[in-house]
Amino acid sequence: MAVRTFKLPDPGEGLTEAEIVTWHVAPGDTVKVNDVVVEIETAKSLVELPVPFSGTVGELLVAEGDTVEVGTPIVTVDDGTDAGPPAAPAERASTSGEAAGASGSGGSAAPATPATPERTAVLVGYGVKQTEAKRRARKAPAEARSVETSLASPAAGDGPAVRRPEPHHEPPEQPPAGLPYGPASTARSDATPGERVRALAKPPVRKLAKDLGVDLLAVTPSGDGGVVTRADVEAAAASDRAGAESVPATAAGSSSAESPGETRVPVKGVRKMTAQAMVASAFTAPHVTEWLTVDVTATMELVDRLRADREFRDVRVTPLLVVAKAMCLAARRHPEVNASWDEDAQEIVLKHGVNLGIAAATPRGLVVPNVKGADRMTMRELAEAIGDLTATAREGRTPPADMAGGTMTVTNVGVFGIDAGTPILNPGEAAILAFGSVTRRPWVVGGGAEERIEPRWVTTLALSFDHRLVDGELGSRFLADVAAVLADPARGLVWG
Amino acid sequence: MSDNEVAPLETAYGVDHHVTRADAPDRPAQEGGPDMVQLLSPEGERVPHPELDGIVDALSDEALRGLYRDLALVRRFDAEATALQRQGELGLWASLLGQEAAQVGSGRALRRQDYAFPTYREHGVAWCRGVDPVNLLGMFRGVNHGGWDPNEKNFHLYTIIIGAQTLHATGYAMGVQRDGDVGTGDEGRDTAVIAYFGDGATSQGDVSEALVFAGVNNSPVVFFCQNNQWAISEPNEKQTRAPLWHRARGFGFPGIRVDGNDVLAVYAVTKQALDAARTGQGPTFVEAFTYRMGAHTTSDDPTKYRVSAEVEVWKHRDPIERYKRWLTTTGKADADFFDAVDAEADELGGSVRERCLAMPDPEGPEMFRHVYAEEHPVTAREREWFEGYHASFEEEVAR
Repeated sequence: MAVRTFKLPDPGEGLTEAEIVTWHVAPGDTVKVNDVVVEIETAKSLVELPVPFSGTVGELLVAEGDTVEVGTPIVTVDDGTDAGPPAAPAERASTSGEAAGASGSGGSAAPATPATPERTAVLVGYGVKQTEAKRRARKAPAEARSVETSLASPAAGDGPAVRRPEPHHEPPEQPPAGLPYGPASTARSDATPGERVRALAKPPVRKLAKDLGVDLLAVTPSGDGGVVTRADVEAAAASDRAGAESVPATAAGSSSAESPGETRVPVKGVRKMTAQAMVASAFTAPHVTEWLTVDVTATMELVDRLRADREFRDVRVTPLLVVAKAMCLAARRHPEVNASWDEDAQEIVLKHGVNLGIAAATPRGLVVPNVKGADRMTMRELAEAIGDLTATAREGRTPPADMAGGTMTVTNVGVFGIDAGTPILNPGEAAILAFGSVTRRPWVVGGGAEERIEPRWVTTLALSFDHRLVDGELGSRFLADVAAVLADPARGLVWG
Repeated sequence: MSDNEVAPLETAYGVDHHVTRADAPDRPAQEGGPDMVQLLSPEGERVPHPELDGIVDALSDEALRGLYRDLALVRRFDAEATALQRQGELGLWASLLGQEAAQVGSGRALRRQDYAFPTYREHGVAWCRGVDPVNLLGMFRGVNHGGWDPNEKNFHLYTIIIGAQTLHATGYAMGVQRDGDVGTGDEGRDTAVIAYFGDGATSQGDVSEALVFAGVNNSPVVFFCQNNQWAISEPNEKQTRAPLWHRARGFGFPGIRVDGNDVLAVYAVTKQALDAARTGQGPTFVEAFTYRMGAHTTSDDPTKYRVSAEVEVWKHRDPIERYKRWLTTTGKADADFFDAVDAEADELGGSVRERCLAMPDPEGPEMFRHVYAEEHPVTAREREWFEGYHASFEEEVAR
């Protein structure tokens, strides 16, 4: 059977690596040419990759979450044809895209060559093929070496990504001691476990170790050739837990042992914080949620105008910005909403400024940094502040100070195409607004003889508030005022 | 009227499009405005237009089906090329998704002797000019600088420099005037030139210069601007205060906006403009109001600079869907026809893939061959050095 290998291409002019985000196929699945098999994230964007072969998926060679270099084999597909001798040159040439190179000058010598990456990462295009310039030595060796090393750097992994079989090939230098990841060639070869610079493990095991927070280099490998196995990682994770919690190792090991058909992910970091905060909030503050659907066509027009406005040329103008502004205006009219409940002192604490939290989904999980003094900001300052806050959050660099001291929050669930939801209060705050997706919906406009249905930009707002200090009337008025500004931003002039 | 004599606006084109027609639809600006010519609504309903109906009515059912086939095959080719890029077989690809009608409608309005100057996205125009689609991939695969003879197809090589081709087109059109191939009344001789460019190019000085020269020389050139709303990540409103088609008036010739997702309207408007050019009535600026559904090229991520709601709105204005609906409801085509086109499209996709992968790498010295039409001493010296350099390597050791 002919097994074809799909190597990670450069999907965007000059990218050298990408993270495997989601596999859309599993071994055994049938695929056709151009079926999307995997989603990857590059420095530029999320990209879906279509597979260039038809057949049965053989093996996923890299795990979700792994970052791999351009040119790395990522999946094999068995195309169901009988290939005869493995990787016959003509067969590979006709399907793997190397037709030009292989059928050109020296295809006949290929059977000795294993199926290996023939392209390597470069800064432009889809990886250079191994052409004469890199395969052949210059007649003047000294000059040749400097040319070659500047042109080609070996791809990571165990495939001989760039083979330069010049007779005077010198072994690469050993990396300096203490370097965690040396060139693949040194890491692979004959280093003993004690000196390993890179642990040997299959991609799923690497993923598991990453998830469990286990340092592969610290694990004693039990597999053949010093390979770290799944069992090794699980054992290491269990002993870590045992050590950390100071309970007998046996108990810890057995209580959270993984059963077949499930994966146990330790709760830590942002996830742990989120869980604690949400439980604390949901079971201390009695939540009430109110909904309001509103025609925001005027807001969308305003957003369009602001985008064209010179003053806003460097900042991102979004409907969320107008919502944020509307909340500040509504808070000015109803300062009791911008408050918190002090259980110990049995007092309601009215806040003198609005620190507006923006819920942000980040690679590390949900974080809610807040814009300090949002109510005193101009629209442009607010846009800038929100932009900075969310950019920092997406990079996972939100400092704790940015998350402390919030007084009310907006969560933009609309970006996920959601109508609205029942948001849970950020602990210590009395109100949180869920901003649903803005979609074209039929809307009744005009009155009397002019009454008609028009497509309009419509959204749904959902406000949760703490009923200990905000009554239904107050919450309703606050929500209605937010909606009023969105329906007619000119309200902002009246209330601002 | 001599070629160099500029006619007053109103008579040059029959109608001054800057005056909104009394029966113009009440269409909001973001949907093209009241002055945009539309013959097929997004729902696939025929919109009457006294001036242009005759041009469309003159098309046979077979020709109308042919337009659909063009649209569908061009889209399928484009999808295959995009996939090839994602598989590492092309370094880059500029997708035309969403702009098929603007390109096919205008491309099919051209006559054999007319000459088109494209950007790098005119895959649909290339198709109409008879360029084998696989040849469009050569540059993006890095094996040539354009794989066709421009003079054989009267379709210039792809131009990467933004807007430069509008100058080439104007120059060519001025040449046509000097050859006397304008306004002779001979249908096989009178020649028009069409320059393709995008909304972003209108911010380039080159384009304004081209408009100046075309205007004052009354040259037979149609400036066909596909306004796809985005110059990479720059929206229209950051490029212009006035609708683009208004610019023509400042240069002394008519401008017109057409629904770029309506293949019939694009065909009719372009044909009228080309006819005007061939008969010596000078240039026209056609703004095809359309939308780039995908990325500018495979190297950028449009979700980072535009909202998905906007894309959703344009999905409802898809050029192929509306045309298919109209062909179906008017009985001009049936399910068998559409199935056959789909099958042909898949076949084209497979063939393009196969032939793309089989494209030979160029020989090294090839790059020196087309620098000058004839041998040039400097190029010859460079080629000799290059060949010597390659000969300085040892024999290949293993393959």
